[in-house]
Order: sequence, then C-alpha cells, then structure tokens
Amino acid sequence: MTSTESLIDRKQLAYIASQAADARLNVELETEGMTLNIGPQHPATHGTLRIIAHLDGEQVVWAEPSCGYMHRGYEKLTEVRTYPQVTSLVNRIDWLGSFANEVPFILAAEKLMGVEAPPRAQWIRTILFELSRIANVSLFLGDLGVQLGAVTPVFMAFRDREHVLNLIEAATGGRFHPNFDRIGGLKDDLPEGFIDETRAVMKKLRNFCTEMEDLLFGNEIFQSRTRGIGVIPKDIAMQYGLSGANLRACGVDWDLRRDQSLPMAWDKVDWKVWTHPDGDSFARCWIRLQEVRESTLIVDQLLKSIPSGPVMAKVPRIIKVPEGEAWVSTENPLGEMGYYVVSKGDLGPFRTKIRSASFNNISIVPWVLKGVYVPDIITILASLYFILGDIDR
Amino acid sequence: MSALLAADLPYWVQSLLRVLGGVVAVLLPAGAIVYLFLFKMMSFMQSRLGPMEAGPYGSMQLFAEVGKWLQKEDITPERADRVIFKIAPLVVLASTFLLVAVVPFGPDAWFTNFEAGVFYMLAVSSVSVLGILIAGWSSANKYSLLGGLRAAGQLIAYELPMVLAVIGVIIQAGTMNLQGIVLAQNTGEMFGWNGLGNPYILTQFTGFIIFMIAVQAELTQTPFDMPIAESELVSGYMTEYSGFRFLTFFIAEFATAGVFSFIASVLFLGGWGVPFAWFGWTDIDSVDNWMNVVGPLIMFGKMMLLSFVIMWVRFSYPRFREDQLQRFAWKVLVPISLVNIMVTAILKVAL
Repeated sequence: MTSTESLIDRKQLAYIASQAADARLNVELETEGMTLNIGPQHPATHGTLRIIAHLDGEQVVWAEPSCGYMHRGYEKLTEVRTYPQVTSLVNRIDWLGSFANEVPFILAAEKLMGVEAPPRAQWIRTILFELSRIANVSLFLGDLGVQLGAVTPVFMAFRDREHVLNLIEAATGGRFHPNFDRIGGLKDDLPEGFIDETRAVMKKLRNFCTEMEDLLFGNEIFQSRTRGIGVIPKDIAMQYGLSGANLRACGVDWDLRRDQSLPMAWDKVDWKVWTHPDGDSFARCWIRLQEVRESTLIVDQLLKSIPSGPVMAKVPRIIKVPEGEAWVSTENPLGEMGYYVVSKGDLGPFRTKIRSASFNNISIVPWVLKGVYVPDIITILASLYFILGDIDR
Repeated sequence: MSALLAADLPYWVQSLLRVLGGVVAVLLPAGAIVYLFLFKMMSFMQSRLGPMEAGPYGSMQLFAEVGKWLQKEDITPERADRVIFKIAPLVVLASTFLLVAVVPFGPDAWFTNFEAGVFYMLAVSSVSVLGILIAGWSSANKYSLLGGLRAAGQLIAYELPMVLAVIGVIIQAGTMNLQGIVLAQNTGEMFGWNGLGNPYILTQFTGFIIFMIAVQAELTQTPFDMPIAESELVSGYMTEYSGFRFLTFFIAEFATAGVFSFIASVLFLGGWGVPFAWFGWTDIDSVDNWMNVVGPLIMFGKMMLLSFVIMWVRFSYPRFREDQLQRFAWKVLVPISLVNIMVTAILKVAL
C-alpha cells in the first residue's frame, strides 16, 4: 500500500516538475502580443469596417469586428418619409445590388395594402432582381482575386459587370440606384430591344463564369489559400444566423426564393439551389460562382415566358397604408434581407426594422477568425462577402 | 579582343566610357521601354488600354509618373527612426545597380570583368533584403513591421534555391565569370552540332525554372508578394513611404526585375552572344567589334522576354500564404535543386 502511494507521489512530483519546467520555458519564450487595427481605412475592408485583431506573431488570438463607421440611420429616416420615398433610401443599403433592396420593402407595403402587382410587373421585378444579383456577385468574384493578390480577375469582372449595369440602366434609368419599384407594380415597362440584349449579355456572363473557374477557381494557389480555411460547421452557422450563400456553403439547403411563396416569378421557372458540404472559404466562393450562372439561366427562362399586360396595378394616387404590421424577406445577393414594417395608417411607416444580411454574416467573424493567420483574415472576410452599407444601414 | 576600348585609352577614360555608355545607352532606355512594354502588356492581358495620354500611345508615361512622384511631399512618420528610414530605399536601389556592374553586355561592353562574377551577383542581390528589413522596422508601423519580417524570412528562404540553381550552370561552364559563362554557351555544341551553341536553358532546364521562381520571390512579386500584400498589409514595408522615396522603391522593383532578367539571360540563354559558329569566331578575341553594339540589343531582347514571363506570372496568379511559401522553398525547391546539382556533376564527370 505504502509503496504504491509513494509511486503515485513520485509520478505526481515528476509531473509537477515537468510542468514547472514547461512554465519556466514559457516565461522565457513569452512574446508580447500585438494589437493590429485592420481598418476603418484599409484596402481589404471594402469600406469602413474595423477589425481589431490581437496577434501572437502572425496568428490571431482574438478578433472582433467593430462597425458603425458608416451608420446612416435609414430605419429612423423611413419614419419621416412617405412609402414611395423609402425606395430611394433603401437603394443605398447594399449599393451593389440596389434593386434587390427595394423589392422586400415594396412587397411588405403591398402585403399591408392587399394589392398585388400584375404578372408582367412580377416578371420584370424578378428579372431586375436577378440582374442586380449578377452585378453584385460578379464584382465579388473579381474582388476575391484582388484580396488574394491576383490583379487580373477584377478587370474581367468590371468588364462584364458593365454590360449588366447597362441593362439595368436601360430599364430603370439608374445604374446604381434605380429607384424603380413602386407599390403595385413598376415605374415603367421594359425598353425596346431589352430582351434580345439581355439574352446576349447573359451568354457573356456565363462565359465570364467559365473564365473565372479557369483563371481563379482552378488555380492551385487559390485552392490552397481557400480550401479548409475558415471552416464554419452547419450548427454554428445556424446559431449565428448566417444566410445566403454563406449558409448554403455549410450544407444547409435554404433559399428564400424557393422556400417562400412571394408574388414573384421564381416559382415559374426551373432552377437549382446549390449547396456545398465543406463550409470553408472555397465553398462560399464556389457557391456564389454557381449562383451567378444559375441567375443567368433564371433570367433567360423568364425572358422566354414573360407575359404581356400592364406593369402597374390600380393603386390610389396618394398612398396610405392601412394599419398593421408585415414582415417580408427575400433572398438578396448577400443573404436574407427583410423589412418589418409597422403602419399606423399614415403616409409613411411608423417604424421599420431592416434585417440586412451582412450584419448577421459578419457576426461570426470573432468565432471564425480565432487562431487563423493574418493572410487568412483577408481570405475569410472576402469569402464571407459583406458590403459596408449593408452592415451599417 | 578588339583594340578600340581595351588598349588605346587610359584606364579612367575606359571606366568613364563604360559607366556613361552603360547608364545612358543601356539602362535609361531599357527602363523607359521596359516600363512601357510591361504596362501595355499587363493592360492588354486585363482587357484595357493602359496608359494612353502621356505622349503618343502613352510612351512618356514613365516620365509623367516620375514627375508626379517628385512633386509629392516627402513625409517621415513622427516616431520613425529617421536616418534609417531615409537610407532604406537607397540601400534597395543600390543593390540593384551594383548587380548591373558584373553583367556583360558585349565582348568589351562591361563595367567590371569579375573573376567570381556569379558569387558577387548572388551576394549583392541579398543586400536588398537588408534595405527592406530596415524599411519595415524603421517605419514604426505595424503593417510595415509585419511586411519587413515576412520579407526577411522569404528572401532568405529563396536565396538558397537560387544559389543552388546557379551551381548547375557553374559546374557545366567550369567558371564563375559571367563573361566566361556566355562564351561557354556560345562556343559550345550539342552532340557535335554547333549551330545553336549550347544555351544552358536546354541542359539546365530544371535550374532555369528554379532560378526564375527564386527570382520571382526575390522581387517580392505575385505569387510571392506577401511582404507587400496590398490587400493584407496595405503596402507592407512601403506603407509609410511617399514621394521621392516611394519612387525609389518603385524604380528598384522594376529595375531589379530587369536586372535579374539580364542575369538569367546570361546564365541560361547565352547572354549577348550569338552562336560563334555562325561567323567563324572561336574565342572572345576573334569576336568582331560590332558585337559591342549588337550584343546589348540581343541582351535587351532576351531581357524583355524574361521580364515578360516574370510579369505574366505576376498578373495571373494569386499569392501564397507565408507558411506555404516556406514549405515550397524548403521542401520542394531545395531538394530538386540539390538533385539537379548531383545529376549535373555526374554527367559532367561521365561525359
């Protein structure tokens, strides 16, 4: 009995001694951490996001996003605007896919008023929605290259995005801020020749996607930089409320365009929701690339089946929305974007809550950045894809 | 050797002529033309026109940019180590110009004919690391510090494969003199046929590839541009530099690309020479005098070709991560170049 006890004591003593030696070594080799402020002015943050990163060498100990440098108070501003005026505000939330911002708000207002846009307007809305998705995500694909150090993709992205912006301009008159959606329909019908032109552009965009696959996604360096980097498991992604391509890249088959019945034309055409099981940076980028291609197919099919008729339902000249509350969200280029509109029967909303995708998408940054290297911060942020206007509203 | 430069003139006149000839006739036009060529090339790759406004077809772009940079304010950060901060770009540029000193441009067109030219070249090229490191440290900026440290790690890692790749050439040529290496290639023969000489790119192809990869890393250009990494570290060690000092870094970057292309063309492509059998020359003394004019042009063409390759890679690849880069250097390049040396040595002895 005593012998075994002494044996345990000796083992414990040896263990304690080894721990003490380790501790001494650690004290000797201890290095001072460094706090690196990435942003608010930094080439990688596409705007004014600030990431406070505590580094040990080049490894991140913890990181935290700090937003609010571009807060413009749109939720409050909607309270002093009439319903038609709000669209020109919400255009500026996600400024790369601005038409997509207007749609959920207008749908919420229509839901409260009990009107529905005529079929042709629904079709055109969906087409413009998908065009703004293409304009948004194709810029992401180019920007991704820049973030990883490849300079050429961004020029290709701008070259082909230009065609899409031209289409949006032809239809709405605005390249960045169309302000085209109206309660009960659209401002105008499509211009002459739009359909043929769009078909040609969609073909170009599909070529662009193939080009990007060859140039960027097939590149070994790109793959080694993104595969297995910033892995987000399914359950963590759902806990943090990720949406859009970020969520689908974690293997969650969730797309509001398909899962919801809205007065839009997505359910009239045949398309596929892409998912990827990996949940890493590569998966997120790959999903977006596939979605651009899928969007071009959606637009092609919609152009084929576009119905004729008016683009505006009968709505009163002065719009007063009856009392009530409505929540409508759609699958925007960046993820789920929704508006909770509270009406007291006035000309403008009493209160609007804007749920923008990027704000939730970057909430996972502290979790996912723990323990990565400085270059991977940029990869992960680029692949999460946020737009500052969409974070700060 | 011809009598024009070597014998009749006093030594100081020779030296002066060499330096003036080298700077005025080779480096300045080379810089301007290469700069324009590379910018145009890069623009066409990226489906745009590139510089068009300065001069006909944008040909004066370099001068426009130099003028712009010289007008800018020269800012030194408040907490920077002032003296070192100001010296750093000059160190980098000096290492570039010291490299030119040993490159032969023709049978008589050289600055110095160094017996251990390759050794000198490898030693001097690593001086730029020092400049980059002190630039990163003295800027008192975290991004610069990270950039400088990355540069130090990377440049030291890639110095080794570069040296090892060149050793194959040295073994084959049997000399470390760059002029001697040019001669050895142009007087050489392949299987008894001397119509092409024996450019070492054919026999030392592995060495050539490793050398070009190491050059790419030495130049800190994509895919090895982590020390600059504009999307991560803003501009790395160059972040705090402005005006004239930034211009110095900028020139050093392009000039080093050009000079390394010169060196690679000497080591692997036959340098200034044409295969001597074409004109019935046997050694350097029998080479006609006009090669002193044509030689630099031939070198220039080869340099353009190699800078094109360097920039082509630069504009099509994304960048590695720091640890991947180190792994690539130590686990891939170094073993391959060691094997290359062994095979070269065995074949040299056996044949």
